[in-house]
Amino acid sequence: MSAVLPAPHAATPATPAGPWRRAWRKLRRRRGALVGLAVVLAFVAMALFSPWIAPQDPIATSWSAIRQAPSAEHWFGTDEIGRDVLSRVIWGTRASLLAGVVSVTISLLLGVPIGLAAGFIGGWVDGLISRITDAFLACPFLILAIALAAFLGPSLTNAMIAIGVSATPIFVRLTRAQVINVKVEDFIEAARAVGNPPLRIALRHVLPNIAAPVVVQATLAIASAVIAEASLSFLGLGQQPPAPSWGSMLNTAKNFIDNAPWMAVWPGLSIFGLVLSFNLLGDGLRDALDPRQR
Amino acid sequence: MFDFFIKRVATIIPTLIFVSMLIFGLQQLLPGDPAMILAGEDQDPTVVAYLRTKLHLDEPLPMRYAYWIGGVLRGDLGESVRSQEPVLDLVLQKLPVTVELALLAFGIALVIGIPAGVVSAVGRGSAWDYAANVFALWGISTPNFWLGILMILLFSVQLGWLPASGYVSPFEDLGANLAAMIMPAFVLGNAIAAVLMRHTRSAMLQVMSADYVRTARAKGLNERTVVLKHALRNALTPIITLGALELGTLLSGAVLTEQVFTIPGFGKLIVDSVFNRDYAVVQGVVLVTATAYIVLNLLADMAYFLVNPRLRS
Amino acid sequence: MKLSARLLCAALLIALAPFATQAQTLRVGLAEDPDVLDPSLARSFVGRVVFTALCDKLFDIDEKLAIQPQLATSYEWSADSKTLTLKLRQGVTFHDGEKFDAAAVKFNIERHKTLPGSNRRGELAPVASVDVVDASTVKLNLTAPFSPLLAQLADRAGMMVSPKAAQAAGDKFGLKPVCSGPFKFVERVAQDRIVLERYPQYWNAAAIHFDKLVYTPITDATVRLSNLKAGQLDFIERVASSDIAKLQSDKKLKTSRITEIGYQGITINIGKSDKAKANPLGRDARVREAFELSLDRAGLAQVVMDKEATIGNQWVAPTNAYYAKNVPVPKRDIARAKQLLKEAGVPNPSFTLLVPTTSDTQRLALVVQAMTREAGFDVKIQVAEFSTGLNMADKGDYEAYVLAWSGRADPDGNLFSFHGCKQPLNYAGYCDPETDKLLTQSRELRDPAARKKVFEQIAERVNKERPLIYLYHRNWLWAYNAKLSGVREIPDGLLRVTGLKLAS
Repeated sequence: MSAVLPAPHAATPATPAGPWRRAWRKLRRRRGALVGLAVVLAFVAMALFSPWIAPQDPIATSWSAIRQAPSAEHWFGTDEIGRDVLSRVIWGTRASLLAGVVSVTISLLLGVPIGLAAGFIGGWVDGLISRITDAFLACPFLILAIALAAFLGPSLTNAMIAIGVSATPIFVRLTRAQVINVKVEDFIEAARAVGNPPLRIALRHVLPNIAAPVVVQATLAIASAVIAEASLSFLGLGQQPPAPSWGSMLNTAKNFIDNAPWMAVWPGLSIFGLVLSFNLLGDGLRDALDPRQR
Repeated sequence: MFDFFIKRVATIIPTLIFVSMLIFGLQQLLPGDPAMILAGEDQDPTVVAYLRTKLHLDEPLPMRYAYWIGGVLRGDLGESVRSQEPVLDLVLQKLPVTVELALLAFGIALVIGIPAGVVSAVGRGSAWDYAANVFALWGISTPNFWLGILMILLFSVQLGWLPASGYVSPFEDLGANLAAMIMPAFVLGNAIAAVLMRHTRSAMLQVMSADYVRTARAKGLNERTVVLKHALRNALTPIITLGALELGTLLSGAVLTEQVFTIPGFGKLIVDSVFNRDYAVVQGVVLVTATAYIVLNLLADMAYFLVNPRLRS
Repeated sequence: MKLSARLLCAALLIALAPFATQAQTLRVGLAEDPDVLDPSLARSFVGRVVFTALCDKLFDIDEKLAIQPQLATSYEWSADSKTLTLKLRQGVTFHDGEKFDAAAVKFNIERHKTLPGSNRRGELAPVASVDVVDASTVKLNLTAPFSPLLAQLADRAGMMVSPKAAQAAGDKFGLKPVCSGPFKFVERVAQDRIVLERYPQYWNAAAIHFDKLVYTPITDATVRLSNLKAGQLDFIERVASSDIAKLQSDKKLKTSRITEIGYQGITINIGKSDKAKANPLGRDARVREAFELSLDRAGLAQVVMDKEATIGNQWVAPTNAYYAKNVPVPKRDIARAKQLLKEAGVPNPSFTLLVPTTSDTQRLALVVQAMTREAGFDVKIQVAEFSTGLNMADKGDYEAYVLAWSGRADPDGNLFSFHGCKQPLNYAGYCDPETDKLLTQSRELRDPAARKKVFEQIAERVNKERPLIYLYHRNWLWAYNAKLSGVREIPDGLLRVTGLKLAS
């Protein structure tokens, strides 16, 4: 997981829909981001409508159809115990999207409030939170995730928790930096002078103004989380059989690259497609939401 | 300036303490009895009991932490229970390998990321922008263990151009060393290339609309000179500090890449030790890498501070 | 140097090259990094591969599992089977030049028994004392007859290290092992390589055709095979069963398949903890029988191991001399399984099958789940990392566990620790005093025919309770450079370097 260097702030007081509508217009002009958005939406649709799109049962085994090459009956071929790869890829979208979205949601739910607290309250609270965050960031992300996943036990849910918790420090740091920048703005001073309680200031005035970089980082983090799930599956700590996930499919497929390459190609391309799209979308969003760029 | 330096150094101590507690906790709280795993197939009860005593497993957690930290402060990082080698020896053995891999990977990232960032910024909105984006991003859009296996199959098995594994010290045979390291460095460097591209691009965009660039253009300098001589030079400043920040990503990525390419660096050591519950090894290695990361960050902050006088106020 | 001088040097080197290069290196790919290289402390299978080249043993086994002389040239049991007299080979030295003699044997056996943390203690438990009769004769005095002793002495318990080096290094001996095998230790880089070089004074030096041995651990089977195909390794062990078929047609490689002496099975908690009573599978032997009958072992071997396994239902393979023919491998019988479940009053028993994270065991669990569903079983799969799973099994915190055993040359090694009351590997919690008596009896008898009769009785008793459903015996799959000759296919799955030759 890599962090975005927070852009020097150029906050404007939040007016309803103003900056977001402008952002959408700018986003429309960036072809890469639009393609990314389209692909992401396509995958989301695939995940939502899997039961209707998938031609066969993704967990139905068949001893006679082991590792068969793509054919009319199995467009993407079959896997090592005779399951239809196409159906598994389609159903696997759910696990991979979930892995991405849920992990990042956990990171946001944990990281943003902590970052807000650190940045807003300051003092020793900030000092303590910052040191702990630094400690987390000093440990390699994957090691944290592996240790947490091993601790919780191998399963997709635990992998999501592990990835989410491991990615939290990045959001803490990002939120904190943004809050510190915004804290000194005039409109915050004004809100304080009027007598607003700090919590209200934090939620109604600060939060909307720091949303942009957080949204960008979240989008990019989803991309990293999907890859992280694949990595954890490589080590046996992600989605467990018989449920499909692209990461665990890749993990199994690597043993059969020579004699059944189709088992690996499709999940690999799917991961690539989804992650690349999120990356393009995230980059596009950053450009669109950056007030310095016309 | 000195004040700033002292303050920053002072924050390292509590951070390191937290790191040690974090990694200690993460290891010792893992389920499974390390004495049982280390007792091997036969599970002789005498051996299990002996290992439990040796590893202080029956003592409370804070005591075990104290034993470990006491040792660390004396320079003794413990020993691997699996192979009996002192952890410090293991670290010193593998440090050069991982450092070399990191440097090579970063070099490759520079070669891919910076030009891509420049092209993307200069050709903003055009097909070049899009292409450069995809080119730099594809590295973080594929799991690196996956890319590694595919590269081995192509370059080692099919084409026979590069060795599939095996590390040779650069002092023994530089050619063989580079041949063995080029693929894993490429796989790792790809991921960082994306970050470098993004930063180069955003810095370039910022700089290109700045006054002094407009002046250069007004003076009649051709676009190429403007881009390369003025814009890029200024955009490169944060790149140095990025190197330090990305060390964490490199180490994360190295974990699986080393596994696939059989490079005897930290990554492979850590993964195997987590699964073997070889606590001392994981704790020792992570403590060392975390310290390196924190120190590098400090140096990067200092460098940025020195280079950018505006930050000093 | 002037150009002409340089050319002359080069020409000379080229001319003399064939005489200079007898220096051959054998590069072996291992599936894991070995643990500590101390025969007393060692605990992994893969460490034994390195030991075959590094440390000679008193005896060795051959392709038929028969005892062969190595450091001991002959043995003789006393009439009461409580004393084993060994005659030792003359002229053997350790890598540090020390003489190998009876005193060294005594030292080693005592070290195996007394070194803190020694894993050989249990293997040599019946050995009460060692007597040095003369420089080349040694007597082992046992507390009770123990026929598996010879097989133990053909494994790590029989490995002899240099007393001088062991005393000097204490428990750090494993960092620089000094033994008496054909190769001596040069260096070890953790997770990277173990390098051995030829020991010129080896007693059988004529049969050693390599100067250097390099063992490289490569955990991923695909990567290991890629290394072999790319020519970077000469030999790899544990080829994936799905890869071996294609290798047959590769002219540059040769393959070996050897039936292992271990097995793959499912251990059922029938008495290790309260969980046994809570679950119909653990409670009722009829449910376990129904479970076994709903399995198609041949189908399992085919789907999980690409047929690279021999189906079986005992701790030794049907091809083994000690296999009890009175308990044959049952055929799949869904009808009978359903009937048994009806009799037991649980037509749809449900239980959790604990599985380690390796891909072939996961495949196994999935296939078992599908097969047994036809008889009405609802198998839930729980994956646990190996260390966690082992702990759960030891505590009895499981219902059924997919567990394999690497195997020992003597059937006792596959039997006693598993089915003896309260033995360390008895995760099932099976405890039957009559079986215990038979187990002890089988250890004390020396005559193979008599032992076989006892094994047959044990097989019958164990089969009635089914604490362990034995599924199949996997094949050791090796692949190596076609120019490598002299590969001995010994069922313990360890490569012997004596007699190996690599044609150039």
